[in-house]
Amino acid sequence: MDRLTEYLFPKQVSSFAHDIDNLFFFIFYASVVLFLIVVIGMMYLAIKYRFKKGDEVRLTSSLDHNTFLEVLFFVIPLILVTITFVWGIRSYLNMVIVPDDAIEIKVTGQSWFWTFDYPEGGSTLNELVVPVETPIKIVLSSTDVLHSFYIPVMRAKMDVLPNRYNVMWFDANQAGEYEIFCTEYCGTGHSNMNAKVIVMPQKMYEVWLAEAGSADDDLPLEELGAKLYSKKACNTCHTLDGTALVGPSYLQTSQMWGQERVFDDGSSAIIDENYVRSSILEPQIQIVAGYQGVMPTYQGLLNDRELDALIAFLKTLKEDSQI
Amino acid sequence: MGDTNQNYLTHPKGIMSWLLTLDHKRIGLMYLFGGLFFFFVGGLLALGMRAELAAPGNDFVSNDTYNSMYTLHGAIMIFLFIIPAIPGALGNILLPLMLGAKDVAFPRLNLFSFYLYSIGAIFFIYVLLSGGVDTGWTFYTPYSTTSNTNVMSTTMGIFIIGFSSILTGLNFIATVHKMRTPGLTWYKLPLFVWALYGTSLVQITATPVIAITMVLLMLERLLGIGIFDPAMGGDPVLFQHFFWFYSHPAVYIMILPAFGIISEIIPVHSRKKVWGYKFIAYSTLSIAFIGFLVWGHHMFTSGQSVLSQIVFSFITYFVGIPTGVKIFSWMLTMYKGQVSFTPPMLYALSFLFLFTIGGLTGIFLGAVALDIHLHDTYFVVAHFHYVMQGGTIVAFLGGLHHWWPKSFGTMYNQTIANIAAIGVFIAFNGTFFPQFLLGLRGMPRRYATYDPQFVEVHSYSTFWSGILGISIFIGVMNLLWSLRKSNKLDPGTNPWGALTMEWTHTSSPPHPHNFEEEPVLTHGPYDYDKVIVKPTFKK
Repeated sequence: MDRLTEYLFPKQVSSFAHDIDNLFFFIFYASVVLFLIVVIGMMYLAIKYRFKKGDEVRLTSSLDHNTFLEVLFFVIPLILVTITFVWGIRSYLNMVIVPDDAIEIKVTGQSWFWTFDYPEGGSTLNELVVPVETPIKIVLSSTDVLHSFYIPVMRAKMDVLPNRYNVMWFDANQAGEYEIFCTEYCGTGHSNMNAKVIVMPQKMYEVWLAEAGSADDDLPLEELGAKLYSKKACNTCHTLDGTALVGPSYLQTSQMWGQERVFDDGSSAIIDENYVRSSILEPQIQIVAGYQGVMPTYQGLLNDRELDALIAFLKTLKEDSQI
Repeated sequence: MGDTNQNYLTHPKGIMSWLLTLDHKRIGLMYLFGGLFFFFVGGLLALGMRAELAAPGNDFVSNDTYNSMYTLHGAIMIFLFIIPAIPGALGNILLPLMLGAKDVAFPRLNLFSFYLYSIGAIFFIYVLLSGGVDTGWTFYTPYSTTSNTNVMSTTMGIFIIGFSSILTGLNFIATVHKMRTPGLTWYKLPLFVWALYGTSLVQITATPVIAITMVLLMLERLLGIGIFDPAMGGDPVLFQHFFWFYSHPAVYIMILPAFGIISEIIPVHSRKKVWGYKFIAYSTLSIAFIGFLVWGHHMFTSGQSVLSQIVFSFITYFVGIPTGVKIFSWMLTMYKGQVSFTPPMLYALSFLFLFTIGGLTGIFLGAVALDIHLHDTYFVVAHFHYVMQGGTIVAFLGGLHHWWPKSFGTMYNQTIANIAAIGVFIAFNGTFFPQFLLGLRGMPRRYATYDPQFVEVHSYSTFWSGILGISIFIGVMNLLWSLRKSNKLDPGTNPWGALTMEWTHTSSPPHPHNFEEEPVLTHGPYDYDKVIVKPTFKK
């Protein structure tokens, strides 16, 4: 990557990124030429034929067309856009035709986090782990509204629909951690619906697959909870510093431990382990007054130990605790 | 030049004579002030958004407030300012004057259109005051069928304003066909009239589609008819097709009148016959037509078939080429002319610069492979602001300065106007050019908070947006300030030495009935090679 590309674009990680950036530069340089013709021409004509002080108002030229110039203005842009069109389509076909040997990963968008299901079983939240130099086929669907799955370094993006599957693919040519954004507006948490794609060397990926889910077994509950808090996307809607986002802050719940909480239907309950557990697994049953019942259920996404860990983590939170 | 004591502004008098007026000029002024009010509201919302985006976190407003602000900014600017303001204000004031007609073909219908616009506007004000709406001006389903904000009132407002748009289009088409003064044949029409005609054709053919779409959306919310909501077997992508089938042509409802204004300003202030009259006239109509066939380029990432992607990309480039040739025509109009750097001309030159960038960046987005990366990022935001604000609104400001002495019989301070025009130009580029960079780097649009890597460019853009707001405010206040009583011009004033009929055949401001007698056409609109009309400017 030359310096201009580096300045303008994110890294080129997929095999087609380079080609797409080149298409950009072709259009860019052609546009710069056309733009300079217009702007320099405009400034030259405006200044050359400006009405100077002391000039008499006079009849001006009746010249109002020139066939040669007009054909030129028609043909040159036509040639440029034809090249652009053909290039745009050819590169696009590379981006939609999925190689046969691709690993298939199922991606589910849900307000406001991403779930990744791997072919060997196992799933992750907000962290897509893939091996390097292997084509990855992404099958997308949504459980609620529209989302769009965008990995800038791969130059890949596809809308995520609730009623049908969309497909995209990419292959990463270097290991690393890269951004994933949601690019179809999906409500309050839209700009927080980020995830990461973690590209690993093949061997590490295999180790990761084998260990997935078991690696955290020996962590103390509180530490595991702190980890899950961001890993399971709780942080999209619940803060730790007392400010209300989409849902109530964990800090507030922690401070009210043992006290009564009022729900939007007027009922209330004491905040304890059972309340927190049911709020995670069946969030629609008791909705805290002043909030909207938008949280999805985590049934099946957390095992018992992980639930215990989150509860333990929440209970430790204090005004001045540092995460 | 007519009875100097009688003009449409002061005759007849009284508030009722305005509210019940059938005079196209008065109706035009009411649209103008309505439009400027919503331009102000939409502008404040934009500044609020930029303030939130100055830093990455929720530093100024919450996510929900931001989402409501960007939705209302877009919806108000589009549905209450850009779409109605140029045809409704400048079109209404000028069309009959340019045709040598006494009024539009259906004056009562014209007033009715204005009231429909006002009723729609009331819905928007209600939404604004009652907590907003958070779906984006695009109302994509199923989010819009499930959002618990004021989607119903907003769509109802758009539905009603749609009728105003359709009726104005109908009125203008009938007026152009039937109300031209004897001898004013099609090829002698000022190009602004051609532009309004093309706009009107799009208004009456495309607007019913958005009206139907809004009704279906309301029915979906009220009764759950299951057309868009996948939970009931509907198809959310179908909504996108319906929406863009209107909203892409609507881009031409917004930009064609601007083309018309530029086609008037440049010949007058260059005192030169317009370059390629017939080409500009025909390309207006062909753009209006081809504009109906490209809506799919808004859906390049929706998962539509590969064939659709190819076809929509191909046709998209066909809209670009006639537009490009127009830019060269406007540029070459200055060749061998006498160019004056008046405020309208500065806005027109600034239009050429900005709109060219807007048009060229469309080429990037039309290339499918590249669009996949840029879709729904700030590159798109920058692109359409270069077209809508750098193009349409800058042309509108230029037109306002050009016809201000005609409409009000007063002249604003031209030095201040020039400074404001240059301020708008510089600050506009300062605000929006960096957003191309944000988009290339992958910053998605409609984000209330963002990744800290983008902060530098965002805060730069925010800084310039403040200057942009101030520049536009100064430009408009300078116009309004000229309205004070001591500032009246001689009714015979033709400050630019223009040759179109609204300048040569009636006073400034015009007589209530436009012309004392049926105007007789003595020259074409751009005959600067045959007729000398010296600029006159006296108090």
